Amino acid sequence: MNTVIWLLPALPLLGFLLLAFLGAQLNRTTVACIGIGSVSLAAILGLYLAINFISAAPASGYISQTLWNWMQVGSFKAGITLHYDALSLVFVFVITFVGALIHIYSAEFMGHDESFARFFAYLNLFVCSMLILVLADNLVLMYLGWEGVGLCSYLLIGFWYKNSKNGIAAQKAFIITRIGDTALAIGMFLLFKELGSLIITDISQHASEKLTKGSSNANLIALLLLGGAVGKSAQLPLQTWLPDAMAGPSPVSALIHAATMVTAGIYLIARMHAIFELSPIGMHVVAIVGAATLLIAATSALAQQDIKRVLAYSTISQLGYMFLALGVGAWWAAIFHFMIHAFFKALLFLGAGTVIEAQHHEHNMLNMGGLKNKLPTVFKTFVIGSAALAALPLVSAGFYSKDAIIWYSLTAQNGSPLLWLVAIIGSFITALYTCRMVVLTFFGTSKTELSYLPGPKMHIPLVVLAFLSVVGGFIELPHNFGHVTLFSHLVENVLPATQQKIDPSEFLFQLIAAGVCLSGIFLGWKLYNGSREKIVNLESGGVFKFFLNGWYFDALYKILFQQPYYFMARINKNDVIDKLNGAIVFTSNWLSNQLASSQTGSMRWYIMGIIAGAIMILTLQLVL
Amino acid sequence: MLNGIPLEHFVIVSAVLFSAGLFSVLSRKNAIMILIGIELMINAGILNLVVFGAFDKQKNEGQVFALFAIVLAAAGVAVALAIILNVYRQFKTVEPNQVEEMKY
Repeated sequence: MNTVIWLLPALPLLGFLLLAFLGAQLNRTTVACIGIGSVSLAAILGLYLAINFISAAPASGYISQTLWNWMQVGSFKAGITLHYDALSLVFVFVITFVGALIHIYSAEFMGHDESFARFFAYLNLFVCSMLILVLADNLVLMYLGWEGVGLCSYLLIGFWYKNSKNGIAAQKAFIITRIGDTALAIGMFLLFKELGSLIITDISQHASEKLTKGSSNANLIALLLLGGAVGKSAQLPLQTWLPDAMAGPSPVSALIHAATMVTAGIYLIARMHAIFELSPIGMHVVAIVGAATLLIAATSALAQQDIKRVLAYSTISQLGYMFLALGVGAWWAAIFHFMIHAFFKALLFLGAGTVIEAQHHEHNMLNMGGLKNKLPTVFKTFVIGSAALAALPLVSAGFYSKDAIIWYSLTAQNGSPLLWLVAIIGSFITALYTCRMVVLTFFGTSKTELSYLPGPKMHIPLVVLAFLSVVGGFIELPHNFGHVTLFSHLVENVLPATQQKIDPSEFLFQLIAAGVCLSGIFLGWKLYNGSREKIVNLESGGVFKFFLNGWYFDALYKILFQQPYYFMARINKNDVIDKLNGAIVFTSNWLSNQLASSQTGSMRWYIMGIIAGAIMILTLQLVL
Repeated sequence: MLNGIPLEHFVIVSAVLFSAGLFSVLSRKNAIMILIGIELMINAGILNLVVFGAFDKQKNEGQVFALFAIVLAAAGVAVALAIILNVYRQFKTVEPNQVEEMKY
């Protein structure tokens, strides 16, 4: 069984190579078959591996397969070695399974696009890179996947490159995540300096021996790793790229900017839990970053008018919940929410893509409405996904995953009432904006004729994801009802158990969370199920403008970074630094001109010069 | 030696001849006259060679050098006259003052 792990990333890579080199010659059906087939095979293989792993887990808790010794310099060693454990299992499952569904959806969604093969080639390369990221045995190989997904994200955001706005959005995403990647690289160097190894098992075993808890080095490494995670997962203060990344096609938003790539930061922190446990400050910063992000992004989502931007801010907000969970020490809860979030957010993005496609590419929700009866399947699945996002009590998977985070934000070792309060307020706003999105899009009067009706290839992924968004939660139920611990049991070998410092009545807090969610939905229904003029009036206020612009972070960064940079560029336009080199050139030019002026063209002067020179030399000889 | 005339006298004559040639080169307007001035200077040099050769009894090196110099001067005159002819064709003048285009 451990000899087939390499096929997981190899299959999508093969698909990428085929499509990249032969894509132009193949017809659309073949392209779709290769694109979907490679990822689907990987998904089936992933399921097979997962079943084998769960039924007969190895004693060490992981399987590894060495393919190649990539580089070896002194004591530094990095191999193309794959490492498959419970954490990788969850990520591989989500990447390949959700990835395959999104590929099927794309076959119809992108069906009329002229660059059909290019799209599938990029998607396959992305899946390959992401699998390398989560299967890597050492941080160097992980970094390869990390940069690979960043590249694919850039290529796919700017997929419709003929519109320059998309290109700018792609560059923004690439450059901002690069800031985080630099921090991650420095963190890795420092980690190697301290530990002498970048292999994940070595780090988790020997970190506590070589680094003292709370030492400045441990804190620095943890914060630098967090920097990388913050960039990739669009957390404060590097969150501004994700809303603009919605310029890409909807399946890309679903796969890369909701389900998988943006959760690479969560994976990194969970993987490096040994380092973060040695740095209490780092953990607190993770929790605070998560809490601040979830609140800022949730309020921003409340005022957006573009349906995809609502979902983008909502993704940032949900990632904030995961960071909060990691920060307070609820490791498995973060990973659990990652999985559930991947299901319902991919579903919502695919649904939104269908809605946009069906209405002449209309993105503005205020111009939508009344789609309830026209797109019944999309409506039903969208509502299920929204229920999961809003954490509708009992019936939705989102409730079980998010409730665990809210609960641990109070009771886990780093939890505090303030963090809990932020999580609860965030939950209320989440319910409110989710309700707003559903009501504006599907209820009310119809505004436009449908330009397109989705076919089965778009419906099947929606239905499967909707199914997972409901039953996914039942594999992990709170101990006061059901007490199912399938998920936390699965990852307990890899991730440290959640320490609770206090244990108040969980039931009461579940009631509060449920009540907050229901009141959010109720308020949303009351506010938005009316005439559009009233809503536009309501949202024309200054606060909404503030939220619409994402708390003006873009404007702030423009003042803080862009304008000083432009200012410096303007000063340096005349090459101030080059003036030093220019001075040498200028001096020799000047001297040359002085000498040249003696070249008069008059022969008599030349002769006089020769004679004067001769006399001078003769005199000198006589005198000396 | 040489009818009792001392070496200094020859050298003085040679120096006077050279200065006359130089003066001619510097002061004359016409290129032909400048050329004649140059010839005077060369002849002053040749006179020096001959005189030193006469005082050097061992070998007749001075005389040999003088013969070489005469040949070279003749060749130089031929080249110089050709240049002057070409300058005249180009500029319709043989006055070097009016031919000063080769300058910065």
